[in-house]
Amino acid sequence: MLLLILKRIGLGLITLFIVSLITFVGVEVLPGDACTTYLEREAYGAALDACIKRLGLDVPAYERYLDWASNVIRGDFGYSLSGEMPINEVLGPRVKNSLVLASVSILIGIPLAIVLGIITALWRDKLPDIMISTITIFSMTIPEFISATLLILIVAIWLGWLPGIVIIPSDATFYELLSNIILPVVAISMIMTAHMARMVRSSVIQVMASDYVQMAILKGVPYWKMVFKHVLPNALLPAINVVALTIAWLLGGVVVTEVVFNYPGLGRLVIESISNRDLPVVQALAIILASIYVGINLIADLMTLMLNPRLKSLQIRK
Amino acid sequence: MNEIIESVKNLSIGFSSQKGKQISILRNVSTNIKKGETVGIVGESGSGKSTLALAMMGYIKQGLFPLKGECLFKSEDLLKMSSRQLEKIRGRKIAMIPQNAGQALTPNLKIGYQIDEALRLHTDLKKTERDKKISELLNKVRLPSPETMAFRYPHELSGGQQQRVAVAMALAGKPDLLLLDEPTTGLDVTTQAHVLELLRFIAKDTGTSMIYVSHDLGAIAQVSDRIVVMYAGEIVLEGPARKILKEPIHPYTYGLLKSIPKLSLDGLPASMPGSQPQPGSINEGCSFYDRCNLATDHCKKNSPDLEHIKELDTKVRCFNHKELINKNNNLQTSITKKSNNSEAIEVLKLKDVSISYAKQKFFDQLLNKISDQNPTVKDINIDIKKGETIALVGESGSGKSTILKSIAGLLKTKDGQIKFENDRILSSDLKMRNPNDLRAIQLIFQNPDESLNPNHTVEQILSQPLKLYFNLSGEELKKNIIDLLKKVRLGKFYMSRYPRQLSGGEKQRVAVARAFAAKPDIILCDEVTSALDVSVQAAVLNLLQQLKEDLGTTYVFVSHDLAVVRAISDRVAVLYQGRLCEIGPSQNVYKFPSHPYTEVLLGAVLEPDPDIKPKLVAEDIVEEKPPEKGCSFQGRCPRKIGDICNSEVPPWQIGENGNAIRCHINIEELASLQQ
Repeated sequence: MLLLILKRIGLGLITLFIVSLITFVGVEVLPGDACTTYLEREAYGAALDACIKRLGLDVPAYERYLDWASNVIRGDFGYSLSGEMPINEVLGPRVKNSLVLASVSILIGIPLAIVLGIITALWRDKLPDIMISTITIFSMTIPEFISATLLILIVAIWLGWLPGIVIIPSDATFYELLSNIILPVVAISMIMTAHMARMVRSSVIQVMASDYVQMAILKGVPYWKMVFKHVLPNALLPAINVVALTIAWLLGGVVVTEVVFNYPGLGRLVIESISNRDLPVVQALAIILASIYVGINLIADLMTLMLNPRLKSLQIRK
Repeated sequence: MNEIIESVKNLSIGFSSQKGKQISILRNVSTNIKKGETVGIVGESGSGKSTLALAMMGYIKQGLFPLKGECLFKSEDLLKMSSRQLEKIRGRKIAMIPQNAGQALTPNLKIGYQIDEALRLHTDLKKTERDKKISELLNKVRLPSPETMAFRYPHELSGGQQQRVAVAMALAGKPDLLLLDEPTTGLDVTTQAHVLELLRFIAKDTGTSMIYVSHDLGAIAQVSDRIVVMYAGEIVLEGPARKILKEPIHPYTYGLLKSIPKLSLDGLPASMPGSQPQPGSINEGCSFYDRCNLATDHCKKNSPDLEHIKELDTKVRCFNHKELINKNNNLQTSITKKSNNSEAIEVLKLKDVSISYAKQKFFDQLLNKISDQNPTVKDINIDIKKGETIALVGESGSGKSTILKSIAGLLKTKDGQIKFENDRILSSDLKMRNPNDLRAIQLIFQNPDESLNPNHTVEQILSQPLKLYFNLSGEELKKNIIDLLKKVRLGKFYMSRYPRQLSGGEKQRVAVARAFAAKPDIILCDEVTSALDVSVQAAVLNLLQQLKEDLGTTYVFVSHDLAVVRAISDRVAVLYQGRLCEIGPSQNVYKFPSHPYTEVLLGAVLEPDPDIKPKLVAEDIVEEKPPEKGCSFQGRCPRKIGDICNSEVPPWQIGENGNAIRCHINIEELASLQQ
């Protein structure tokens, strides 16, 4: 088991290494470099040379990669171009904002999705299912920029209950943050919850039709006991991986929602840094997002392994 | 003994069709289950036997609903009970043993928990008492090391062990009535015989009544006191087991019994024409009219009632049953088959073939070889003559399908050669074979549902090989397709049908036609009749034999069913753990002396005759891997003589009539031991 975990972590690290190489090479082969971007029309002569020297661009690429990589391992991403700020300072608040948005959405959305999924499955084709399923299909199909805009129109403009766009001072307290993110959270949760509820529903229905559930009924197991002991553990197992992907998607930044609400999260930073050709920041973001995906998928795989007795003994036997 | 515990009265169960019509699956079924008796309910798939059994627990499958009648358990109607009331009866008064225990045990719960659950629900025992009871129960169903068994998950057990756990779980509530829904279908022959033996012991030991539902008359014959025969949702015959099996007075039962291949008979079983009518398609007359050879015009218009015949203690639904009384001494007949051994040319030779499923290690991949000292299949030497049917027999895991796949080129061999026609070596890689060799060797699969593309019509299915191998098109193509359909006795109008519009037997006929479309020299048949009902199986076997006699095709026939193999094959090769045990002409392999494994297999065969009991000589342990040295059967052999069996591969010994046995015991000694 331990060996397996180590193996998976090793694989994850290799993935990250490859991602870092690809982004570095990608940035390298693009025409122009940090200095030409930064200096724009003054990028010639002494100014350019000075810049190149200052940023260390005159050493060979592999040395710069090693230098950069060793700094990254130490947690230092270098300097951003646009503001000449340390990237850590640029990233810090963005990561925090994204984390807040993601965790609130997860805390509300995932339990809600599971409960809705179970209800729709158990009352399949009856009133609760028809109602919930109709709503989930709607919120799944309406694109988020429309639902988010509608939310702003109704809640912020017509009713005036909540602010329409998010303006967070950097020293905002958690409470201040919370009132600001209600609308983005609702907009994100609508789609996420709908997708996951549909998945949980079909998984529960599939398990309910299985031989072992029929057997439990014929054994005289009371309904709710059967649901909790025989159905849910087996039905929710495949949901773990979907939940993991959703979490990674949320942390990686929900670009559209962030743009509509003017929310300063990672998603918007990605867009901004790309359009500003702020290459060091793009590099840093690529590594961070890749780490999030690798890390969360690793956790999900290990959890499935732990909870599924079938896979567990299979792995041990190997 | 005469107290009735459950009685079904005029029960009809059905569903509403899309047009809003009520269609019944069960029609007017009435029967009584007495205390302490075992009733066998037998019928082919779609006869409504499982629906009836489940209704006897008050359970109606989703989509179905009771139309009329009642199921009285101790004079209370189960179909009118609330789910609360049913929870008190299910598991405590009536318990169920399911068909496929592997799927009926909840995968995330330990064996011990699942039995404990039944105990908690249906007894007042305390925790420590329950723990004791669990190991008692596991012991009773003869599971090894009951103490540790409770802590294992279902998937960690073999099929036979899972079935035993299901039995233990059913016994936990001390039920008055046990319902068994095909409890041994899907198990290996030896395991099946062991589980049946256990069930018989439990019935005697606890005095529990049992309802045994199965399509397998062999299994039914072993356990039942009384037999109910179902056809198209009706009871057509009901009476004491011996009477039903020895003197069936309903033409369907008679035909069914005749269509079962038997070990004692040389030759093919007689087949019954047609197939069971679909629910809702019978409007008037007897439901068996189309397939009956006693039918008269009267039968077409009027449906017979279930008539009680006092002197035979039997109920029968047939106007002409008198014609069958006292004339059933010809049940033991079969169709003799022509064997064409005159041509002794060998078309296919397997020489020292070994096949391994082991994953290639990195360096082996580079060198393109497999280093596995203990491959799944090892040292197979078989020469197959032109026009013969050779059968590969063995339990699951014996490597029989593996060998078939490598002949077809679907699996690479590790060592050895496959030679085709004039000793030309066939590559074990499909891509390296020339198109003519690919055409010459065709494969028919076990399950036609999966081997026929559901989105293609029969015409498209059959035209593919014709286009591919013979470049046919237009009128000629069509003519060939019609010819092929005629060969497998299907009419021209089947061309436009999709597989889902065909019955199981018809689908398998299409699969046979597809194989013959390539005009092959060799056809590999992988359990081709296992998924079919007995009456259909007999028809497909007869068809295969007829085609072979007409076209001179060679068959390599893989099956786990020794009786089927006996019926169809000229020569039999018995395999255990991927190693050959015995090979010879089929009439000799089924005679003694034989390899101890063949002896075990033959002993476990269930015949539809209450007087022939299976002989259980070996444990039904499941071995995961073949032993590394010595005889492949050392782990289970009832005649093991000592260390030599563990250390040395036994030599081949040739018996008088040409069957070869691989055993350390001298062949004459084996003969005297097996007398």
